[in-house]
Amino acid sequence: MSESTAVLSTPPAAPPTARILGLHLGVLAVLFALHFVLPDYHHISLSRIMVLACFAMGYNLAFGYSGLLSLGHAMFFAAGLYAAGLVAQFADIAAPGGFLIGVAAAALVALTLGAIALRTGGVSFMIVTLMFAQAVFLIIYYFGTYTRGDEGFVVPDAMRVLLGLDLADPTVRYMTALALFAACLMGSLALARSNLGRVLIAIRENEDRARMLGYDVYRYKLTALTLSAVMAGAAGAAYGLLFGYVGASFASIQYSIYPLLWVLMGGAGTVLGPFLGTVLMFYLVDLTSAATTAYLLVVGLVLIALILFFPKGILGTVRERYLPWLP
Amino acid sequence: MDFGPYFLLASLEGAVGAAVLAVTALGLSLVFGVMRIVNVAHGEFFMLGAVIAWWVASLIGIHPAVGFLAALVVSPLVVGSVAILAERTVLSRLHYDPEATIVATIGMLYVIQQAVLMTYGPEARPVQPPFDFRIQLPWFGYSAYKLFVILAAVVLLLAVWWGLTRTRLGLMMRATQIDRETARAFAIPVDRVYAGVFAVGAALAALGAVLVVPVQQAHYLMGHDPLLLSFITVIIGGLGSLRGTVLAAVIIGMSDGIISVFFSPTLAKIIATLAVAMVLVARPQGLFGERAP
Amino acid sequence: MAAVSGTEMGREPELLLETRGLSRHFGGLTAVDGVDFQLRRGEVRALIGPNGAGKTTFVSLLSGRIRPSAGAIAFEGRDVTRLKAHARVARGIAYTFQITSVFQALSARENVMLAVQRRLTRGLFGPSHASLAAEADSALARVGLAGRADEASGNLSYGHQRLLEVAMGLGMRPRLLILDEPTQGLSDEEVAAFIALIRELSESATVLLIEHNMHVVMGLADRITVLDRGRVLAEGAPEAIRADEAVQRAYLGG
Repeated sequence: MSESTAVLSTPPAAPPTARILGLHLGVLAVLFALHFVLPDYHHISLSRIMVLACFAMGYNLAFGYSGLLSLGHAMFFAAGLYAAGLVAQFADIAAPGGFLIGVAAAALVALTLGAIALRTGGVSFMIVTLMFAQAVFLIIYYFGTYTRGDEGFVVPDAMRVLLGLDLADPTVRYMTALALFAACLMGSLALARSNLGRVLIAIRENEDRARMLGYDVYRYKLTALTLSAVMAGAAGAAYGLLFGYVGASFASIQYSIYPLLWVLMGGAGTVLGPFLGTVLMFYLVDLTSAATTAYLLVVGLVLIALILFFPKGILGTVRERYLPWLP
Repeated sequence: MDFGPYFLLASLEGAVGAAVLAVTALGLSLVFGVMRIVNVAHGEFFMLGAVIAWWVASLIGIHPAVGFLAALVVSPLVVGSVAILAERTVLSRLHYDPEATIVATIGMLYVIQQAVLMTYGPEARPVQPPFDFRIQLPWFGYSAYKLFVILAAVVLLLAVWWGLTRTRLGLMMRATQIDRETARAFAIPVDRVYAGVFAVGAALAALGAVLVVPVQQAHYLMGHDPLLLSFITVIIGGLGSLRGTVLAAVIIGMSDGIISVFFSPTLAKIIATLAVAMVLVARPQGLFGERAP
Repeated sequence: MAAVSGTEMGREPELLLETRGLSRHFGGLTAVDGVDFQLRRGEVRALIGPNGAGKTTFVSLLSGRIRPSAGAIAFEGRDVTRLKAHARVARGIAYTFQITSVFQALSARENVMLAVQRRLTRGLFGPSHASLAAEADSALARVGLAGRADEASGNLSYGHQRLLEVAMGLGMRPRLLILDEPTQGLSDEEVAAFIALIRELSESATVLLIEHNMHVVMGLADRITVLDRGRVLAEGAPEAIRADEAVQRAYLGG
């Protein structure tokens, strides 16, 4: 996808570290403070958004930084969601164990299906990931005896416990979501500024050239995709455990397209972009669905407007015009 | 029923599916081949075609055949116009950047689908076939209309082939496909060719839908499966290869029909999607595409 | 250690690179046709020939960007025919592209850092940002781009981008540096500076260069290999090649 990702841009060398750290820690501090002031409805919405933003940040590692345009990231989210949910349901494995199993399941999917998909590139990669995700979606239906297909199942409350704390409790849930979000955000930031991040950007910009500098492009892409899947899987597992519901709709194409939209809206290849995009899209869907059943009409229109006028996403445009140091 | 007749029935069902798929996927293939973009809204053009067919057929209440024939003309024209509008106002302004185009066509997917939901509603509505009789075979009776679908698809494919190889527009399309810049240098109005190709692609989806709507009801979410199957077909056939697309449509449509008669449809779909993915990995140029030099 | 010149050490073999019967077909077309080629350690070799002679295909085979249809390649006495491109780079074969292909969105410094980084990365642990930047800056200084380290490389002039490519080549500290038409599109002044730079570079690496500018070839090359229609037409010292009738026919008679 090297040519096609030319719309993305990257931070210049030697960014001011203090300012960058300040910005990201500031965002986390604001989110922490919001816990105390938000009304219930927005409080739970923001818990959801923070978990979904981890999914988006994972997607951003693959698409934004490495140029891997996947249309199948729902399989990683679903792997985390279902692994954590099923072991809670059938093996009585509670939150911390279930979460780790969820993350491991997503990594495993990346290392098998992802490793195969990476044998291709460009449009083929998009379609192969789409197909694999579709297969995962259908497999969930095929084993409907356990997964209850479309209808899904509720994660037993007894399993939604972390260090003796009840994950269904709004405060615990919010803080757990924030902790996961903080880990993903700072992880993304560290990666973007690391040697590995530089190689991934190089591969995105010009794969052939990166290879001729001696980089094993396939290995690096697999590393990026696996890290991406780990974040997506962590988001999926956390989503199941925090909100207590596991359903096949989270494995549908819609959930492969959502992270792409979130990332594109916020700004691909920016650290904060995925979160910003998730917030905006979430509330866009929320507000319009209150007004009409055909709320996706507005989403479609806004999407087209964004891609026409803000092709680099919000933070990508901001970086280009005002804040060149933004990571 | 014995295996033989059962297999024949499955093959006939497969052939009907293959015929509709060939017409629909050809539209997607044409757009990808000439414009080098992936149109995610292709399935919605299909759905729009079906819904308009229902509208036209129900407005003209004289005889099902009249309504059907009117739909066969009106539906692709309307859908083609919508496509031209979308191409001019959105895609051309994105300069056909692959990623931006995908996002924009996802946006179009939602817009078209939701606009239909708001106007047409969530119901599934049937269209009467233009004629309604069964051809009696020794083992079972078979809808004559379904056989007509196969015939109509063949005629349509031949018409497209004729249009591409024998008309000025077709020549311009192929020149643009081979090299956009050279085509521009030879005073081919590339912009208009693009708009035309996008319209023809959408119109083919609409035609596929008009053919299928007497068999399968019109519904605002019906675009999903044709999109996925068209994707598979275009990929397997080799990106940009129209001949490959038709060949792949026949194989995929037939095997889809046959497999889903004998196996659990879910398992059949799992196997099919995995198989397609593996083909793409092993032969990125598609089963029938030329290997890049 | 990659930069240590073998000729001075005396214990490494004289022959750096050798091909035997190297061929590559594209469909019915034979771009490279059974080439036997030897490159001695420390020399500057120019590869010349009319357009379509197979020069770029030949060096692409050496660098591993494309696979040979037949024949074998040995580098430092070891068979590398089946080695992938990135692994050959690790062995010390560096290739700079004919068409300028720096990472446009990254700064000049980061471009060179990428070249340095791969060499210094051992296992999971890479070098620190500071050490990478320092080494990148010294490579940039050698090509005269010290003042432009922070500029996005896409904003550099064409001539500067070519110099950046060379700085990336330097950063890799290769044993064999393959340059594909490095002076194409450069002004006379830039070409003169370039010749001096390559001469300096050749003290630490063997250089194989595809070049059309005969002034550059005559000024730099120890030996010249002439390719024509995928075969070696002639090989020898610059004066001998200049006097060679077959070469003149290939160039003048088409």
